[in-house]
Amino acid sequence: MRLGSGTFAACCVVVEVLGVVLFLRGFFPAPVRSFSGTKHQAEPPAPEPSAGSTSNWTKLPPPLFSKVVIMLIDALRDDFVFGSKGVKFMPYTTYLVEKGASHSFVAEAKPPTVTMPRIKALMTGSLPGFIDVVRNLNSPALLEDNVIAQAKAAGKRIIFYGDETWMKLFPKHFVEYDGTTSYFVSDYTEVDENVTRHLDKALKRGDWDVLILHYLGLDHIGHVSGPSSPLIGRKLSEMDSILMKIHTSLLSEERETLLPNLLVLCGDHGMSETGSHGASSMEEVNTPLILISSAFERKPGDVRRPEHVQQTDLAATLAIGLGLPIPKNSVGSLLFPAIEGKPMREQLRFLHLNTVQLAKLLQETVPSYKKEPGFEQFKISERLHGNWIRLYLEENNSEVLFNLGTKVRKQYLDALKTLSLSLSRQVAQYDVYSMVVGTIVVLEVLTLLLLSIPQALSNKAELEVPLLSPVFSLLFYLTFLVLSAIHVIVCTSAESSCYFCSLSWLTAGGVMMLISALLCAVVSALTKVFVDGKLLSKNAAHSNAQWSELDLLILLGTVGHVLSLGASSFIEEEHQTWYFLVSTLCLALCHDIYRNCLLGDDCELQRSLHMEECFGSATPALQDKNAGSAVLELNRGCKGPPSLDALRGFEKWMVLASPWVILICCRLLRSLNQTGVQWAHRPDLGLWLARGIIEARFVYVFVLGILFTGTKDLLKSQVIAADFTVKTVGLWEIYSGLVLLAALLSRPHNLPVLVLSLLIQTLMAKFVWKPLRHDAAEITVMHYWFGQAFFYFQGNSNNIATVDISAGFVGLDAYVEIPAMFLTAFATYAEPVLWASHLVSFLSSEASSGSALSHACFCYALIRSFPVSAYIILVTSLRYHLFIWSVFSPKLLYEGMHLLITAAVCVFFTAMDQTNTKS
Amino acid sequence: MKDTDIKRLLYTHLLCIFSIILSIFIPSLFLENFSILETHLTWLCICSVCVTAVNLVLYLVVKPNASSRRSSLSYKVTRFLKCCIYFLMSCFSFHIIFVLYGAPLIELVLETFLFAVTLSTFTTVPCLCLLGPNIKAWLRVFSRNGVTSVWENSLQITTISSFVGTWLGAFPIPLDWERPWQVWPISCTLGATFGYVAGLVISPLWIYWNRKQLTYKNN
Repeated sequence: MRLGSGTFAACCVVVEVLGVVLFLRGFFPAPVRSFSGTKHQAEPPAPEPSAGSTSNWTKLPPPLFSKVVIMLIDALRDDFVFGSKGVKFMPYTTYLVEKGASHSFVAEAKPPTVTMPRIKALMTGSLPGFIDVVRNLNSPALLEDNVIAQAKAAGKRIIFYGDETWMKLFPKHFVEYDGTTSYFVSDYTEVDENVTRHLDKALKRGDWDVLILHYLGLDHIGHVSGPSSPLIGRKLSEMDSILMKIHTSLLSEERETLLPNLLVLCGDHGMSETGSHGASSMEEVNTPLILISSAFERKPGDVRRPEHVQQTDLAATLAIGLGLPIPKNSVGSLLFPAIEGKPMREQLRFLHLNTVQLAKLLQETVPSYKKEPGFEQFKISERLHGNWIRLYLEENNSEVLFNLGTKVRKQYLDALKTLSLSLSRQVAQYDVYSMVVGTIVVLEVLTLLLLSIPQALSNKAELEVPLLSPVFSLLFYLTFLVLSAIHVIVCTSAESSCYFCSLSWLTAGGVMMLISALLCAVVSALTKVFVDGKLLSKNAAHSNAQWSELDLLILLGTVGHVLSLGASSFIEEEHQTWYFLVSTLCLALCHDIYRNCLLGDDCELQRSLHMEECFGSATPALQDKNAGSAVLELNRGCKGPPSLDALRGFEKWMVLASPWVILICCRLLRSLNQTGVQWAHRPDLGLWLARGIIEARFVYVFVLGILFTGTKDLLKSQVIAADFTVKTVGLWEIYSGLVLLAALLSRPHNLPVLVLSLLIQTLMAKFVWKPLRHDAAEITVMHYWFGQAFFYFQGNSNNIATVDISAGFVGLDAYVEIPAMFLTAFATYAEPVLWASHLVSFLSSEASSGSALSHACFCYALIRSFPVSAYIILVTSLRYHLFIWSVFSPKLLYEGMHLLITAAVCVFFTAMDQTNTKS
Repeated sequence: MKDTDIKRLLYTHLLCIFSIILSIFIPSLFLENFSILETHLTWLCICSVCVTAVNLVLYLVVKPNASSRRSSLSYKVTRFLKCCIYFLMSCFSFHIIFVLYGAPLIELVLETFLFAVTLSTFTTVPCLCLLGPNIKAWLRVFSRNGVTSVWENSLQITTISSFVGTWLGAFPIPLDWERPWQVWPISCTLGATFGYVAGLVISPLWIYWNRKQLTYKNN
C-alpha cells in the first residue's frame, strides 16, 4: 500500500496518542481505595480486644465534642499564623496557640496543592490521585467514605458557608448552605463578607452540630498580589476577629451543655512566594492546623515549635471527636494530643479503632500485608491491649495498670505511624503492565517513523507501507499469540489492579494486534533499510559532507533537548532551554545570511562546486527512486546558494537586520513573563473577565465567521478544483481567525507576545526563509522551535499552576465543561498552534514543490514523537525520583496534551495535502 | 614546509596553554585570597591580559604571514589602532549577544563585560594578530573551504571550540546543584577557557593527522 508521507505521519501520531493514553492511565495510579468503599453501609465497629474475659464495650465510643466548627482559610500558610505575620496580625490566634487551651500543628499537604484535592484529603483522610488536579474545576460529588457523609448518616446537622466546591463535593449533605465562587479572582472582600454575614445568626441559633466555613479571600489576594502584599495583613486581622467571635460564642454556649465544643482552624494549602499554588514547595505544602477546645489543657505559655503532621490526620481525629466511624479510605492517624485528656481505657479504645481501620485498608490494598511491619506491630499492640483490658476488668492495682497502659499506648502510636506511612506510600504504586504496553506502542511508532525518514522525505513524498503482507505473515500470528499468552498470565496473576487487564478482551486483543502489526512493519522496514543500505553505503560519505551548520544545530538541539528532560531542573527551567536554542538558531541564521551576503565573489565558486556535486549525485538518486538516504540534502545541494545579490537595497538590509530584530524581540518577551511581577498581577484581569462577556461573544462570532469563510474556501478549492490561490487564501483566513481567537483568550499583558510573534513570523517568512530558500524540513523544525519558545514566552511552564483557567471562562456566564476545556487548551497551546498554522499557510502559499506539505507533516510528527517517547522511558526509569509528582508528572501531562494537539495539527496538514494533490 | 609549520604551531599553542596555567597559579603568590571562583573577576582580567600578551609576542616572533613589503610606521600605527577598535567592538558585540541570550541587563554588568572581554581575547585577538583588521579575510576563514594555511586552520578550530565551550558552559546554570561555579558567568568563562585550551590542543594534532588530505590554495 502506498501512502503519502503526510498521511503516514498523521496515522502514526494518532496511534502514538493511543499509546500515550494507555501509558498515562498506568502511570497515574488510582488512589488507595477500599473495595467495599462506595457504600456507606453500617459495619459494626471493631469491639475492644480482650484476652479471656469478654469486654462489654462493643459500640462506638460517644462523641467527645458536642459542636464542631471548622474554619478553613484558603491558602493559609503556616507562617501566616506561627510566623511574624501571625504575631502582628492575628493576636488572638497567637494568644490561643501560646497560652490557650489548644493544640497546634503544621499540617503537611501532599501535592497537588489545589483546593479540591485538599478538601477531599481533609474530609476523607485519603490521598487523592494526581489526576484529580485535572478535574479540579469540575468536581463531581464525592462518593468515597468521608466524615461529612458519616456525620449526616449519624443525624448531625451540618451548615456550610464558603467555597462552592464543597457543595459540588457534598451535594445533599448540608441543611443550610451558601456558596461563594472563586470565579472573580480580584474580589477579596465580598467573597468573605458573604460567608461572615451568616455567622452571627448561625452562632446565635445554635441548632447545628457542625459548622464549616471556607474563606477564599486570602487565596485571591495571593493570586492577585502575592504573599508580601499589605492586603494580606488586613485579611489576616479580619480572619483573627472572626475566629475570636466564634471562639467566644462557643465558650459562652458551652456553659449550658455538658460536652465541650471544638474549633478547628486550618488551611487547605499554602502559597508560594509568587502567590500561586499547586506544586510542592515548602511554602505551598505547610499549612497550620489548630484545634481549640476547652477540653484541652491550658498550656503555661510554652512556645514550642508546632509538631509536623499530615493533613490526612484531621479526618480520623474529626471522626473520633464526633463519635463517628473513621472513613474507610483514610490513611491518616489520629492526632493524639486531642484525646490525651481522656481516661486510659478510652484513649486505647480510640487508638485501637484507628489502627483496626488502617490495618483493614492495608489488608485490602497490599496483597502481602502480613509481612508489613505496621501490621505486625498492630497485632502485638492488639494483644497487649487485650491483656490490659483483662487486668482492667479484674480491677488490678492502678499503678501497674497505668504503666502497662502507657506501654500499650506507645505501641499503638508506633503501629499507627508505620501503617499510615506504608499506606501513603501505596499511592505511588504504578500499573507497570499498562505502562509497558503503552511504551511499546509509542516506541514502535517512533522506530517506524525513524526508519521511514529517507523514503518520506524523498521528492515523491510517498512511501510503501508494508501492511498487507505482515498481517498474513507467520511473525504476526506468532507475536499475537505470545502477547495473548503474556496477557493471560499477567492478568491472572496480577495482585494489584491493572487498567489494561480491566479492559474488555476485544479491546485488549485489538491493542495486541496493533502491537504485533507495528512490530511486523518495523521488521520489514528494517530489512528494507539493510538491503538498501548496502546499495547506498558508497553515497554515505558524500551525503554527510553536505550537512550544513544549520542542520547540525537542529539535530543537536533536538537531541540535547530530549536528553535534558532527564533532569528535574531542566524540566522546571525548560523555557531557558528553548530560549537558548532559539537564540542560537537566530545567530546561526545570521551567520548563514552574512556569509551569503558578504561573500559575493566566493558564491560563484561555491555554486559551480555545488553544481558538480549535484550532477554527481543525481545519477545514483535516479537509480533507486524509493530510497535516497540523503534526498533531503540533495535537494539543498541542487538549489545552490541563494542569490542575495538579486535583492534590492532595502530588502537586503532587512534581510541582514531581521535576525537581530528577532533576537531583540525574544529578549524582550523573555523578560515580560519571567520576572514580570509587575505585569502578572495587574488587577484588571477580573474586571476584564467580568465585563467583557458580550464583547467576547461578539469576537467569537467574528472568529467563527473567519474560520467559516476559510473552510469554505478550502472546500471550494477541493471540490471544484478552483484556482490554487483560493486555497492559500482560505488557509491564511483560518490562520488569522486563530490569531484573533488567541488575542481574545490571552491575558491582557500577554498581548505583546502575540504581536511580537506575528512580527517574527512575518520577518522570518519574508526576509529569512524566502530569500534563503530553506527546505521544508528545516522550516518545519524552526517553526517548531519558535512555537516552543513562544509557549514559554506566553508565561506557561511545566507546572500545572500556570495553566490559565480563566481563559476557559471568556464569554461564558458559567462553567460549561466542553467549551471551557477547549478554550483553556487552546489558550495554553495558542502559540505552538499558531506557529503550526503559519507553517501550513506559508508552505502552501510558497508551494515551491508539491511535496513540501507532506514533508513538513512528517517532520512535525517526528520531532514531536521523539521527545514524547524518550520522556516516557525517562519517566518510567525515574518513577521513584523525589520530584516525580511535582516536576515529572505535570510535564508528562503537558507532553501528552501536546501530542494530542500535534495529532490534530498533523491531521489538518494531511487534509490540506490531500486537497493539494487533488487540485 | 608544512611539517615545520605544524611544529611551530604546536609550540606556540603550548606556550598559550602555559600562559593560561600561569595565570591561574602565579597571582596567588602575589595576591592574598586569590582563587578562580572567589576572585573571579581578577582572574578574568589577569587571564585575558596574559593571553593577549602571549599572542602578541608570538605574533611578533613567529610572524606566520610575514608580508614581504615593508610598510611605513604610520601604516602600522593606524593598523594597530584599527585593531584596538575592532577588539573593543567585538567586546561590546559579545556583551550585546550575551544580553540577548538572557544575561541580566543591569545587574552584573561588569561580570558580563569582563566575560565578553575574555571571550574576545580567546577569539578576536588571535584573529586580529593573524588576519589583521580585514573583515573579508575573517569571513573567508570562517566559511567552508576558505582556509589557506595551517595557521588559519588552527585559528578556525580554536575559535570555534571556544564558542562551543562557552555555549556548553551555559548548560549547568539552571541545575539545582547550588555549586559556586554555577553562578553567572563563571560556568561560561570556564567553558570558554576549556574550549580554548581544547582547541589549542586539538588543532595541531588534527592538522597533523589530516595533513595528507589538507590542501591549501597557496601551497
